[in-house]
Amino acid sequence: MSDDILVDIQNLHFNYDGRPVLQGINMKIPRGKVVAIMGGSGCGKTTLLRCIGGQLRPTAGSVRLEQNLVSEMSHAELYGLRRKMGMLFQFGALFTDMTVLDNVAFPLREHTDLSDEMIRDLVLMKLEAVGLRGAHALMPGELSGGMARRVALARAVALDPMLVMYDEPFAGLDPIALGVIGQLIRKLNDALGATSIMVTHDVHESLMIVDYIYFVSQGTIVAEGTPDEIRASKDPFVHQFVNAEVDGPVHFDYPAPPVVHDFLGRGLHV
Amino acid sequence: MSESFSPIRKLGHAVVDRIWRMGFAARFFVAVLRYSGPSFRRLPLTLREIYFSGVLSLLIITVSGLFVGLVLGLQGYETLQRYGSTEALGVLVALSLTRELGPVVAALLFASRAGSSITAEIGLMKTTEQLKAMDIMAVNPIARVVAPRFWGGVISMPLLAALFSAMGVLGGWLIGVVFIGVDDGAFWSQMQSGVDFRYDIWNGVIKSFIFGIAVSVIAVFEGYDSVPTAEGVSRAITRTVVTSALAILALDFVLTSFMFRGTS
Repeated sequence: MSDDILVDIQNLHFNYDGRPVLQGINMKIPRGKVVAIMGGSGCGKTTLLRCIGGQLRPTAGSVRLEQNLVSEMSHAELYGLRRKMGMLFQFGALFTDMTVLDNVAFPLREHTDLSDEMIRDLVLMKLEAVGLRGAHALMPGELSGGMARRVALARAVALDPMLVMYDEPFAGLDPIALGVIGQLIRKLNDALGATSIMVTHDVHESLMIVDYIYFVSQGTIVAEGTPDEIRASKDPFVHQFVNAEVDGPVHFDYPAPPVVHDFLGRGLHV
Repeated sequence: MSESFSPIRKLGHAVVDRIWRMGFAARFFVAVLRYSGPSFRRLPLTLREIYFSGVLSLLIITVSGLFVGLVLGLQGYETLQRYGSTEALGVLVALSLTRELGPVVAALLFASRAGSSITAEIGLMKTTEQLKAMDIMAVNPIARVVAPRFWGGVISMPLLAALFSAMGVLGGWLIGVVFIGVDDGAFWSQMQSGVDFRYDIWNGVIKSFIFGIAVSVIAVFEGYDSVPTAEGVSRAITRTVVTSALAILALDFVLTSFMFRGTS
């Protein structure tokens, strides 16, 4: 594994209750890049992210992070590795009983011996980076969705991690907040020299900020490429996804028996 | 054939599921004890929970204790009057409270007031992914969230039970001495001579400590194991109150049978 590769995923399989969610994923994520993992809802994107973070153990295959085999690490080793990771959850997952400042200070207080004054200064710098220094005294309940996401972003990068993972960072945001979060992800990644993995289904915002994109469908990678390659792609899956078309290889309807079976046959129960 | 065995299969599944959950709860309890270090090394974490579980329960405990004492005073006086021994009202009130009513009623109130709140808080933290966020930040949620709440409850419970008993004695004194006219000296002296520190007060403290462990572990476990939905958290809170009440009453019988057999 080259030193340039931070995350190396080989033939990753994951089953949930016997149902295959990931089926042979191969992926290499270079250092310093912002990589997007895209796909429809329920295709296994978040499961993939959790396997990278060591929250889920793969059924087969391997996830290597900085040469370390994540799936075989002990609890203590995993916690050691996670100190070098940050994660932005879909709805922020801010601690509701703490102020914005305390939320961002949380990882610093838990993992460093810095003085309160030093932590306060560091937190205000992180909050300044996401444009919320003035909101440090607010409680999470007083923030809008976009502000909460930015606070969570500041918390995710509080320890200057080498890897930042984003789980649907754009979900439920208005266009302005969405653009702001997108730019912040790119700028913070470059400023910190970190590597970012972003699970999303927001194609247009992602194409503007990421270096590489993987498309996942039914637990496998069906397409990949740089934003320019994706835009130019003739692949039916990519074409359907990028252009938000109803018809294509991805079915909108959940699998069901024929209509006749439910409305006229014995499948009808009233 | 499988259809005809369906109820048996469901029953078997429910029994196995319940046993599995009890095993999981036992392992969870061991994990809480194992990761209790930070609760004592970082005392403010536990002090905060003592405030939420203990201090904020003071009102319900003091008021309930007073009313229980008032009722005990009235009922006790009426019964003792039949035998001409109303001076024994003090000892009757004190023994009833220190041996039984103090630890048991305080624990039932604690389960309703603090236990349900602990379950709701941990359950909602799970629902809003706060526990997962901690875990991904390499902070063990059992050490950081669960253990301080558990110890906060364990430490608060005997103190609340003692306060409940003290308020009950005050209520009994108010009714017996102030309103009915039982001799003040007889009330206190009979109580002093009739209440044994080892058998009555200390055993009551042990009971309340064990009830504190039971209620606290049930509350934190139900919150941690709740289904992360609104309905799931609501069910977990209900289970905390019901299971705690049953555990307190069952433990009370077991402890009483060991502690007081042949001593009175």
